[in-house]
Formats: sequence, C-alpha cells, structure tokens
Amino acid sequence: MATATAHHDAHPTGITRWLFTTNHKDIGTLYLVFSLFMFFVGGTMALIIRAELFEPGLQITNPHFYNQMLTLHALVMIFGVIMPAFVGFANWQLPMMLGAPDMALPRMNNWSFWILPFAFTLLLSTVFMQDQGGGPAGGWTMYPPLAIQGGIGTDFTILSIHMMGISSVLGAINVIATILNMRAPGMTLMKMPLFVWTWLITAFLLIGAMPVLAGAVTMLLTDRHFGTHFFDAAGGGDPVLFQHVFWFFGHPEVYILILPAFGIISQVIPTFSRKPLFGYNSMVYATASIAFLSHVVWAHHMFTVGMPVAGELFFMYATMLIAVPTGVKIFNWIATMWRGALTFETPMLFAIAFVILFTIGGLSGLMLAIVPADFQYQDTYFVVAHFHYVLVTGAIVAIFAGAYFWLPKWTGHMYNERLGKWHFWLTMIGMNLTFFPMHFLGLAGMQRRVPDYALQFTDFNQWASVGAFIFGFSQLLFVILVIQAVRGGKRATAQVWEGAEGLEWTLSSPPPYHSFATPPVVK
Amino acid sequence: MCVVRSQSRRGVLSRLISGITLAAVPVLAAADYQLNLPPPVSYIARRILDLHNLIFIICVVIFVIVFGFMFYAMVVHRKSRGHKPATFHDNMTFEVVWTVIPFLILVGMAIPSTATLIEMTDVSKADMTVKITGYQWKWKYDYPDQDLSFFSSLSTPRDQIEGKAQKGEYYLHEVDNPVVLPVGKKVRFLMTGNDVIHSWWVPQLGIKTDAIPGFINETWTNIDQPGVYRGVCAELCGKDHGFMPIVVNAVSQEEFDKWVVAQKQKASSDAASAGKTWTRDELMAKGKQVFQTCAACHGPNGEGIGPFPKLAGSKIATGPLKDHLNIVLHGKPGTAMQAFGTQMNDVDLAAVITYERNSFGNKTGDVVQPAQVKAAR
Repeated sequence: MATATAHHDAHPTGITRWLFTTNHKDIGTLYLVFSLFMFFVGGTMALIIRAELFEPGLQITNPHFYNQMLTLHALVMIFGVIMPAFVGFANWQLPMMLGAPDMALPRMNNWSFWILPFAFTLLLSTVFMQDQGGGPAGGWTMYPPLAIQGGIGTDFTILSIHMMGISSVLGAINVIATILNMRAPGMTLMKMPLFVWTWLITAFLLIGAMPVLAGAVTMLLTDRHFGTHFFDAAGGGDPVLFQHVFWFFGHPEVYILILPAFGIISQVIPTFSRKPLFGYNSMVYATASIAFLSHVVWAHHMFTVGMPVAGELFFMYATMLIAVPTGVKIFNWIATMWRGALTFETPMLFAIAFVILFTIGGLSGLMLAIVPADFQYQDTYFVVAHFHYVLVTGAIVAIFAGAYFWLPKWTGHMYNERLGKWHFWLTMIGMNLTFFPMHFLGLAGMQRRVPDYALQFTDFNQWASVGAFIFGFSQLLFVILVIQAVRGGKRATAQVWEGAEGLEWTLSSPPPYHSFATPPVVK
Repeated sequence: MCVVRSQSRRGVLSRLISGITLAAVPVLAAADYQLNLPPPVSYIARRILDLHNLIFIICVVIFVIVFGFMFYAMVVHRKSRGHKPATFHDNMTFEVVWTVIPFLILVGMAIPSTATLIEMTDVSKADMTVKITGYQWKWKYDYPDQDLSFFSSLSTPRDQIEGKAQKGEYYLHEVDNPVVLPVGKKVRFLMTGNDVIHSWWVPQLGIKTDAIPGFINETWTNIDQPGVYRGVCAELCGKDHGFMPIVVNAVSQEEFDKWVVAQKQKASSDAASAGKTWTRDELMAKGKQVFQTCAACHGPNGEGIGPFPKLAGSKIATGPLKDHLNIVLHGKPGTAMQAFGTQMNDVDLAAVITYERNSFGNKTGDVVQPAQVKAAR
C-alpha cells in the first residue's frame, strides 16, 4: 500500500513518462525538444528556398513546390518553433520563478502539448501529396481568392491551424491560472520577475488572437466547400475582409512571438551586469502598452489594398506610436548595463546581440510604418529582411539566450562554454549575412515570394544563400552542446551564475521533481 | 531597373546615404550593387525617396547614439577591468525624457509623411485613364479614352528560365506588349483583378497598388522623362507570380498618338483574319505559339504540373469538341483555369484548341475554325 507521498512521487519511466506526464518540467522539455526538431524541419525548407535562389533561373524546384516551401517554412517556424519554445520556457520557469510546485492545470498541460505533434503531422503530410496538389502554396497568410484555388493541402492546413490554436489557447489558460493563483506568499504582481509578466500579457494576447484566426480559416473552409461567399466579390463578399480578420490576429501574434523574448532578455542582462533591472515598473507598463497597441495597428500589413486616407493615417500613427514603449525597453536594458560589472558568457552574448539586432528590425519597422514609403517596401525583400530581423535575430536569438541561461539549472551541468561561443559567432555571421543584404534587394526592386529573379539581384542573393547555409549548419553545434550538457559535465551550483537572483536560483540544479513542495516566503 | 540611373537627380540626403553605406562596407563600393531605391521619375516617387532617405538617416543617427552608450558600457564597465557594479535601478527623470523625446521625433516624421500621403491619393484632374487588370499570370491594359485594349505577358523564353539558354539583359523584366504612356500628363490608373489579388508595382513611378477581383483601386502618376521603366507583380498570386513583369514605355505625346494609331490598325487586321478559313497547318503553327500560355500550367508537352491536369490523352482534349471549347472559353470556377474567351481572340483560340487536340499523342483530327469559336462564345 503506497503512502500518500509515495503515490505523489510515482513517476513512470520510459515512453510512458513522456506520454502521460503532468509534470511541468517534463512537459517543458517536450515542448523544447519539439521546437528544436521543428527548427531543423523549417530550416531545411529555408535552405531549399535559399538553394533555389542562389542563382537566377529554376534549378532545384518548380514554382509550385517553391511556394509550398515558403508557406510551410513560415507556418512551421511560427507555430512549430517560436511559440512552442516559449511555452517550453514558461513550463520550466513559471512554477520555479513563482515558488509553486507545478503549473495550475497539469493534465491540460499534457493535452496542450500532445495536440501539437498531431497538428504538425497533418500539416507536413501534405508535402507527400504532390499528386493531389501538394501542400499549401498561397503563403502562410492564406489570402483568398488564391487560398480558395489551393488543393486538399489547404484543407489539411486549416484543420491543423485549428489544432494549433486549441493547443495555444489551452497553454495560455494554464499560464494565466498559474500566475494569478500559484504565487508564493509575498510575491505581489509587481514583484514578479519580468519573464513572468511578459508571459502573463502574452497569454492574454493568445486568448484574444487565436480564436480570430480560427474564425478566419473557418470562413475560408466554408468558402471552399460549403458555398459561402465571405471572401468572393461575385457572391457579395470581400477578399480584403479576410486580410482585416487575419491581421487582427496577425499583429497581436507578432507580439506573442516577441514579448516572452523581452522577458528572457530582462532576466539575462541584469544577471551578467550584476545590477538590478533598470526601471522595472516602466518595463511592465511598456509591455502592457505594446500589447494594447498591438490590437489597433493590424492594417499596416495592408497599406496597398486601397484603404481610405483616414484609415491609412490612423494605422500609420498608431504603428509609429509602438516605437515609444519599445524604445523605453531598449533604453532600460542599456541603463541596466550602464555602470554594471559586465561579463560576457554565452547567454549574455546572445542577449546583447538581441538588443542590437532587434533594434535594427524595430527601426526598419518604423520605416515600414511610414505609409508613402511603405508603398515601395510592401511585399518586397525589405519586408522579408525586417521580419527576419525581428523574428530570427530577435525571437530566435532570445530563445538561445534563455536556453544557455537556464540549461545549467535544468540539467545540473554547465554547458561547454567554448562550443557555446563558437555557436554564437557562427550564428551571428550566418544570420546577418543572410538577412542584411535583403534590405538592399527589396529597395532595388526584388519582390518577395518568387523562385527566380532578374540578373541585377544575383550578388546579394548569393551572399544570403551562403549566409543561410552557415547559419543552418552551425545550429548542429547547439544540438551537440545540449546533448553534452544533458549527459554530464561540470556540476552546476544552485545559483549557477554569480549575479543570478530570483527563486529559481534557490533550488538545486537540477531542481526537485515538484519544484517548491512548500512555498517560499518572498520578503 | 537601372536604365536612367545616370540621369537621376540625387539630393544631398541620398549622397549622404551612399557615403555612409559605402564607407561602412568598402566591398560594396567595388561592385555594381544597388543599395537604395531606384532613381525616381515622377513627382510622387521623388517625394517618397526623400521621405525614405530622411527617415533612414534619423534611424541611423538614433541607432549610433543609443548603441554608442551600450558599447561604451561594454568596454568600460567590464568586470574583467575591475569595474564595481553600481546599485541604481530607477530614475523617473530619465524615463520621462526617453519617452517624450522619441515621441517628438515621431511627430516630426509624421508631418511630411501625412502631406505626401495626401498628395498620393489625389487622383483628380487626370488627363487620361488606364485600366489595369491582373490575370494569372499577365496584365491587361485598357485605354477607355483611346478605345484600346491588350494583354502584356512575360517575353523571356522558357529556355532561359530553365538554364538551357544564356539569360538576356532584362531576364524576367521584359514583356511582349509594354504599356505605353505619354510623359508630362497626369495618368489615372484603375486597378482590378480578374482571378486573385495581384499588385502592380513600378518602383521608379512610386506606385504599388493591389489589383483586387471585384473591387477597383485608383492611383495616378505623372512621368517626368521618356524611358523604359520596369516593375513586377508584388502580391503572391500563385505559381507564376514571379513571372508577370511590367514594362512601362514612357514616350512623348506625339509618339504616344502614333502608337495608338498603329495599335488600332493591328486590331482591325486581326479582325479581318478571323473571317477567313484557316488550313490545318496554319492553325497548328499558330497554336504552338499560343500554347506557351497554356504550357505554364499544363506543361510544354501537355504532361501537367502538380495539381494542374495533363492534356495528353485527357478527357477534355480528346473528347467532344463542345466541352473543350466550353472550358477554354469559360474557364473552371474555383481553379486557376481562367475564362480565356475574354483574353484571346477567335483565331488564337481556334489555333490553340486545334493544336491541343492534335498534339502530345492526341489524334482527334479536328480542325477548329475561328468561326466555330465565335459561334460557341
């Protein structure tokens, strides 16, 4: 007869440990491993794209397959890599940062993860249906009427997006329930670590945004099969309606992909500056303002659809306004570093790179907000450069910063610092070589989403392709490094980093199965 | 896209930009890399370039100042140099200052942007109108005042795209029938789409406007100088999105008037040829040319590509002629198969249908005359 404690501590081993787990750390690991795997899936697609674009002419793909690659690359990277990575961080870190034993809703936690592999199996299986039209080929934005023309792959995509949406909303509910109910005594909202704050706000954005996407793709589905005409002008509908609904989801989504990154950076920079985060309160307010503004700027993705001048002006002003709270964050990070005692371990290198490179993406975003200039930038490689600066040198770099930062805590071993630095520098060279020339390509007149281009764009495209392969293959170093750290290495102390502060650093490395069995008291 | 580079009027700002960029990246100076927007040839395009340069310079200055502080801290405030951390973590004055200053800079940017935007949308008092319709994957231009209408599609041969021939200077930026416009006249464009959303973009004119099926967008230009200005479709519109360029031929008013007369003569001689009876060989030869359009989806040998059905041995191309005429004339709703009845004349349609029914192993022996196409419309 098992005692209550023994029952509580029973955890299955082998495959059932992962299938049936309700433990926040195991689920966090599942999310992170899934994300890393999908990073290579989406990365392979990116390399197919870059290989095709290495020189003018069609070499390795046909235009239809190329369009499938660019569509799936986006869907995989957004829904399969960045979002699951952040949920993985949330699972591992929230209970430890709040002084809780686990997430508030452990069974739902299991369910929200295990939906994902099925959703992506559905999505990626379309690549193997080339005779039936193959995968979705109308861009991840799925604009009708083009999406209406698509083959069965479009229907698979719609259903898999529904599943991803359910997974995200369940995850978000769990995050909100955990943060609002499971904080240790004395941890008031304004004492929470910034990573927790950014996730709380992100979770509300998810609950607001994902159902809108579900609505948009459902209308697409009924237009395709059940005779409705939401987006068909011939039946009284409006193709632009889809764009409005889609971007009403899409712009908050952009901040879903970046706010947790802000959170990670706000943990890493103070640690390696050995100085508290500058302007904690203003950081919280800035995050909340960004989240609010993100709901009223959606039409800046569609300045060329022919909106009335008043509409264009409103969306231009609102978009420009986002620069203010974003600027506050950048200034606060730099003020945190100012007069600190800086050291440059791998997490700090990635965090500094994030601040610099994300700002490049932010400033090109400000340029894109200027409507008259946007008429030249819209749908060119300038936009491609912009959002890759925000999402790759922004979100992905922050994910690496977080991974290196917490890896010793999670595994109990220090990672190989030398290998980490190699990974950092190769990644930096590769990603900047890939994405920086794209600004020039866009300005010079190269439109996005094309498998072939005019001769004057050849040189920069070759730079970008070389950079992409350096970037892609150097990620294998990260895999080696993680495997090494999981298997062994120098033991990590509880605090791991000299300047680390917060509840998670009071636990052993690796932390116990139920993070805080008795709640700590926060003074 | 670099046709009139030498004639461009470059402002102080753009010279400054070139200076900064070239100094920063010496490698670039050696090759002919285009780093900025192409030289503008209309008032609006010039305003946009000035605005773009202004905002870019502001962004660069902000970037340099802000990260100057960061790099200073990274060099001086290192632990390895024995720097002891300060303990401050809040300063209300700073927070207010770095909220208010960016806001004021933004207001400074918003004022010229608003002025330019309002000018861009003023389509009144136009001298002439051109209606532009996006098709998968070509453009149609209608001149209602001149009573002219024609299609404009990519003229780069497939062999160049597939790497079987040397690529020409204007690879993918060349068309069979350029759109001809007079310089010094305010031209109003009406844009719409036939099937899916396209976007008509000519960078040197500063125009990018979506062509949306069922809706009409308006924009305008007034071209300063004669020349050839090239552009592309900017909105993903399916398989051959990258293969539907735009070529604008800007000419003097006299040349424009001559061009209009020549176009009309060509149209009436085409109409005359539709009346005669064609031989099988004539139809097959012409059909082979016209089939290039169909080959984009159905393959050069009618073998089909991915989701697009093959014609070799297909039910349509070997079955009753009536069905074949019907699908070519009226298209298949919900797919990329368009109603070519509105896009091609009777001769072209007769020729291409004859060709399809007697090629790729299809042996119906049918010879379709333009008159039969006319009757089936």
